[in-house]
Amino acid sequence: MPSATAPPDAGSTACVLDPEGIGALVRELRARGRTVIGPTERDGAIVLAELESADELPYGWGVELEGGYYRIKRRTDAAAFAHSAGPQSWKNFLHPERVRQWTADRAPDGGMTVRAERPEPTSFAFLGVRPCDLRAIQIQDRVMTGGRHRDDAYEERRTGAFLIVVECTEPGATCFCVSMGTGPAAQPGYDLALTEVVDGTGHRFLARAGTEEGADILAGLPRRPADDLTRTRAREDVEAAAGRMGRTMPEVDLRALLAGTLEAERWNDVAARCLTCGNCTMACPTCFCTTTEDVTDLTGDHAERWRRWESCYDLDFTHLPGGSVRSSGRSRYRQWLTHKLGTWWDQFDSSGCVGCGRCIVWCPVAIDITEEAHALHQESLDRQAGPKDETP
Amino acid sequence: MAEPPVRRRPRLGVFKFASCDGCQLTLLDCEDELLPLAAEIEIAHFVEASSDVQPGPYDLSLVEGSVSTPEHLERIRRIRAESRRLVTIGACATAGGVQALRNFADVAEFRATVYAKPDYIETLATSTPISAHVPVDFELRGCPIDRGQLIEVITAFLADRRPDIPDHSVCFACKRRGTTCLPVAHGIPCLGPVTHAGCGALCPAYGRGCYGCFGPSGSANMPAMIPLLRSDGMSDEDVLRFLHTFNVAKFAAIEPEREDP
Ligand code: SF4
Ligand code: SF4
Ligand code: SF4
Repeated sequence: MPSATAPPDAGSTACVLDPEGIGALVRELRARGRTVIGPTERDGAIVLAELESADELPYGWGVELEGGYYRIKRRTDAAAFAHSAGPQSWKNFLHPERVRQWTADRAPDGGMTVRAERPEPTSFAFLGVRPCDLRAIQIQDRVMTGGRHRDDAYEERRTGAFLIVVECTEPGATCFCVSMGTGPAAQPGYDLALTEVVDGTGHRFLARAGTEEGADILAGLPRRPADDLTRTRAREDVEAAAGRMGRTMPEVDLRALLAGTLEAERWNDVAARCLTCGNCTMACPTCFCTTTEDVTDLTGDHAERWRRWESCYDLDFTHLPGGSVRSSGRSRYRQWLTHKLGTWWDQFDSSGCVGCGRCIVWCPVAIDITEEAHALHQESLDRQAGPKDETP
Repeated sequence: MAEPPVRRRPRLGVFKFASCDGCQLTLLDCEDELLPLAAEIEIAHFVEASSDVQPGPYDLSLVEGSVSTPEHLERIRRIRAESRRLVTIGACATAGGVQALRNFADVAEFRATVYAKPDYIETLATSTPISAHVPVDFELRGCPIDRGQLIEVITAFLADRRPDIPDHSVCFACKRRGTTCLPVAHGIPCLGPVTHAGCGALCPAYGRGCYGCFGPSGSANMPAMIPLLRSDGMSDEDVLRFLHTFNVAKFAAIEPEREDP
């Protein structure tokens, strides 16, 4: 697991890879026994899946995003990473939706044997981690391994994962990483960072290493020293991306905003539109909640405990004798938003939102976390401004 | 409750009301589990599987089908009285089934149109779920029910634990299995956000919008759902037809009032 310290002199190790170099990178990672996961086009979306070769990258595909709307579209160039967050995130691999934790068997004499599940040794390489998603991984690290109750299986998967960040040059209409301070430039924590450049001079990638292993892998690839034009273009493209965010968050202390608006009218408004379907939490790269599933077989002599993804939109999430604590859609949407932007700070010392925009895109009814935050802010401003338009 | 010292296999009864038999077939379809099941449970009454029909009482009764005739009214009370646990299976037994379409029409007119000798047909004006007539211990949804869920209900009964049958939306299953959302990525109408999970999001995985065969989820916001179906290209009539199928009575009960011309 790369540490969150600054990469070793990123400037001096920078080099340039051609698309063939990306092909060689995937081959090298696979030769080292890694399962390479990266973006690929499938069923009208750019999904994350195992790549057998770099040919499976979505060369020439872009995406068009809006609230509740996702379409892939052909680009005029052959860029492989000119798309923003898709339907999955890296948590699908680091924090899988269903994991067995232990099994128990009862012998004919009544004796019980309980076996804890040993995590399978895995060695992922994630190709195409966006800077916001790198932050999301670090946030999940804090949740899963930074507290008193560590998740060994997560740690095993995470420690073995090699992270190749690709900086953002083509943000979507639902992106707001700038507001959340997570992108579009790569921040520390990667093994390798790439910036894709496509111009009259050709299609190439500015590459630099963030760890020893990253440097070692880079050294074995067909590459050339970074030229000034590529460096400049890479920097300019990322800077331009920062100026093309489709969404923003209100420029206020979001934690204080959420803590101060628990009884806002706006919660009723959004609750009327929210399907409580849970898609936002499942698509969110930082949402981590799980529930316990106990399975027995027909004889009752064999039992298993599994852990599966759960969502605060599920009535069962707060089920106690007597029913659900958060039975209204209002209370469940409010739980989601206050946790993402507010109480996550109290719990884990950071925001729970990285500005990837997935919850906006994958909400079937286009509920928009940034729009809700702006509306809450506006309502609190109106309330502070006094009772001028208050109805008796 | 104290079990007798000598282990007695619990007795299972399977009963049919107004239905197509598909849910009972799901039990016969549990090939891998059928033999171990027979070792754990005595199949005392299951006409579709065996003509050896044993009288009650039954420890677990699985009831398929809706209450549709005067005779059903009396029979379901008898079965309830003979059953320690009664579990209803499928959309007919839990919601009244597709035959509950008649609840919204004139049944005498249907009878006269469909049957050559309508006088021979004795039927109730409505098709209703079993739970409208007797207390039910658990309702297993689906048209048909899911095999894995049926086995879960039976194993949970044998282990005296609560079955793990979540009543959240089908979307949970789509996201868990990694299906790209159809309305969002393709503009295909889908009832998943208001439909009870249980099928494993089968239809969306094959590019087909969920058509609600498990009925409403535990938390279905219909007023928010209808505009989504409309924006995915459905007319008001299409929306009604989409909702009015196997679980018509359950969806109709939570539909927003129509602002008719
Ligand atoms: S809350 Fe939404 S925008 Fe923020 S990280 Fe989660 S999915 Fe991305
Ligand atoms: S905000 Fe959207 S995705 Fe999230 S539960 Fe509500 S309707 Fe579903
Ligand atoms: S395809 Fe349908 S069931 Fe699946 S996530 Fe989308 S709306 Fe929900």
